[in-house]
Amino acid sequence: MAFLHASASKVTSLKEKKSLLPYLLLAPGMIWLFTFFILPIVNLAQTSTQTPVKGGDTGQYEQTLRFSNYVDAFINNKEQFTRSFFYAFLATVLALAIAYPLAYGIAFKSGRWKNILLVLVIAPFFTSFLLRTIAWKQILGEEGPVIAALRGLNIISQQTTLTASAFAVVTGMTYNFLPFMTLPLYASLERIDPRTLEAAGDLYANAFTTFRKVTVPLSMPGVVAGTLLTFIPAAGDYINAAILGNPNTKMIGNVIESRFFKIVDYPTAAALSFTLMAAILILVTIYIRKAGTEELV
Amino acid sequence: MVDASSSTRGDLRIVSVTKSFGDFNAVDDLTLTIPEGSFFALLGPSGCGKTTTLRMIAGLEEPTAGTIHLGATDITNKRPYQRPINTVFQNYALFPHLSIYENIAFGLRRRGIKDVQEAVDKVLKLVELPHLAQRKPAQLSGGQQQRIALARAIVNRPALLLLDEPLGALDLKLRRQMQIELKWIQTEVGITFVHVTHDQEEAMTMADTIAVMNEGKVEQMGSPADLYDDPETAFVANFLGQSNLIQGIIEGTDGDALVVGVFGQKIKIMKSRSRAHDSLVLAGIRPEKIRIQKVGTQMSGNILTGGVIADVSYIGVSTQYQVEMPWKQELIVFEQNDDGVPPLEKGDQVVMSWEPIFTFALDGAEDARAGSEVNPVEA
Repeated sequence: MAFLHASASKVTSLKEKKSLLPYLLLAPGMIWLFTFFILPIVNLAQTSTQTPVKGGDTGQYEQTLRFSNYVDAFINNKEQFTRSFFYAFLATVLALAIAYPLAYGIAFKSGRWKNILLVLVIAPFFTSFLLRTIAWKQILGEEGPVIAALRGLNIISQQTTLTASAFAVVTGMTYNFLPFMTLPLYASLERIDPRTLEAAGDLYANAFTTFRKVTVPLSMPGVVAGTLLTFIPAAGDYINAAILGNPNTKMIGNVIESRFFKIVDYPTAAALSFTLMAAILILVTIYIRKAGTEELV
Repeated sequence: MVDASSSTRGDLRIVSVTKSFGDFNAVDDLTLTIPEGSFFALLGPSGCGKTTTLRMIAGLEEPTAGTIHLGATDITNKRPYQRPINTVFQNYALFPHLSIYENIAFGLRRRGIKDVQEAVDKVLKLVELPHLAQRKPAQLSGGQQQRIALARAIVNRPALLLLDEPLGALDLKLRRQMQIELKWIQTEVGITFVHVTHDQEEAMTMADTIAVMNEGKVEQMGSPADLYDDPETAFVANFLGQSNLIQGIIEGTDGDALVVGVFGQKIKIMKSRSRAHDSLVLAGIRPEKIRIQKVGTQMSGNILTGGVIADVSYIGVSTQYQVEMPWKQELIVFEQNDDGVPPLEKGDQVVMSWEPIFTFALDGAEDARAGSEVNPVEA
């Protein structure tokens, strides 16, 4: 009997171990998320309603529940909010326009060059984001090829410059987020069964109609993923505006950065961060609902 | 855009068509006429060029040389969407993002046809799936998807319907049922069906004309019965059902018959059924035509003696024997289980006989094993 008991309990303990396994596997990720996401978010939320200590030094705040921080922060930075979303929108549209043909070409027309082209898409990641953005200063600068070409073709006047402008900021963002658009697009185009395209041709659709009625709808998951991966970081970006912009192209990321590090106005910076997050969340939710790609993924 | 209804109707004629991939000729100088309204099967092992032929008819591949005509129109250089031809693809290739209704309506909408609703409803009724109109393809079973793929093609009333291994993905029972249904639908709609398959049973059940293809060429073309009873080549004899092919030498004639010596024994073959070029022949006999008895039984017709049963497989309706002959060849015999006599046993000494009219003779220079090493069920 004792032996039977022992073996029975052994079985249950094995079962318990088995049921614990998923949690053990999840644990490292959960600990990571808790430490580096949940805790900072809570901390940020606390900071966002703090008020300056009366008679204290700059940067000294005490915990209150001053929710009007949000209202003040939003009202004072409406312009930068609008601009952030506008630039991010422009960059997303441009990136989509560039990435779609690129991804299409790699997925359907590249033959044995496919892998090399994919590596080239990712190649920019081997250099720092900062360095690549600074490089655009050179590309668009007075000595650069772009301005010479545009002036030569009389598209812009001899006085017009390209750097320190909204144009440069949007161009920089488009460039920097292009791989995030290209890769999901490529993945969903690649997944399309070429026989469905042949079937469309067989059913009286010419190449353009096939593209419009079959290729595009079937690549929608990639379009949605790509636009989100571009729009979300672009809306919060501050490097492009800082390096390629001027005081009139400031985005919300630049405001948050200067509030945190220059003015040491932590509550406003925190409130702005939260507002940005909420705004993006709402926009994204509406967008996904509208795109209606749930069934395709 | 395309007038699928009138002008381009008639027989499909493939004239001296070659398709090369590099220096490999997938289709080699193929000439073929498919009569309007027929159920035509292109039958052959994988790699024989049948699918390439189908794709050239559809316009999905361009012939390296030769022309394709539909009725009086040369369609060789027309794009797929300009041809009044529709295809049922091997994996169905339904549009996953569209409902069943929209899948079927796709071709009609492209051609700007009015009364889409009526046409779609009608064809859904024909394939007996009207209740699935609003589903997505992924929600359907394989058999249902197969019917929708068929509906999506025939709703356009094409001059020609191409079926690329349409039943390959279905299980055996469903396949049998669909074979009968496809044949019925073809009779119902009266469209020319061109059916590509490696499954000889499927081709024989449905088609009224079969072209057996091998290495980019047509080996033989004819009705299922013609091909089965009177194969012209060893490949056809072995690929379409099974055949016993025995080497022999023509030794003389006896009225309408040739007298052929096979390893010291003599059999008769009708002169009209001989394809031999000289005195060397392959004498062919189908396994189910042979009667098999224990040594000592009186028999008539062509008789072969000296066989020993090497293997017996009981398969319900019949028993299959492998009989080893003195010249080390194994012959196959099917015997109907209709006489209540227990089957013969392994090691039994037997005599075999058959009516001389069932024998066919192929050219003796042919490889007796051609077409038998390709397994027509898998391919």
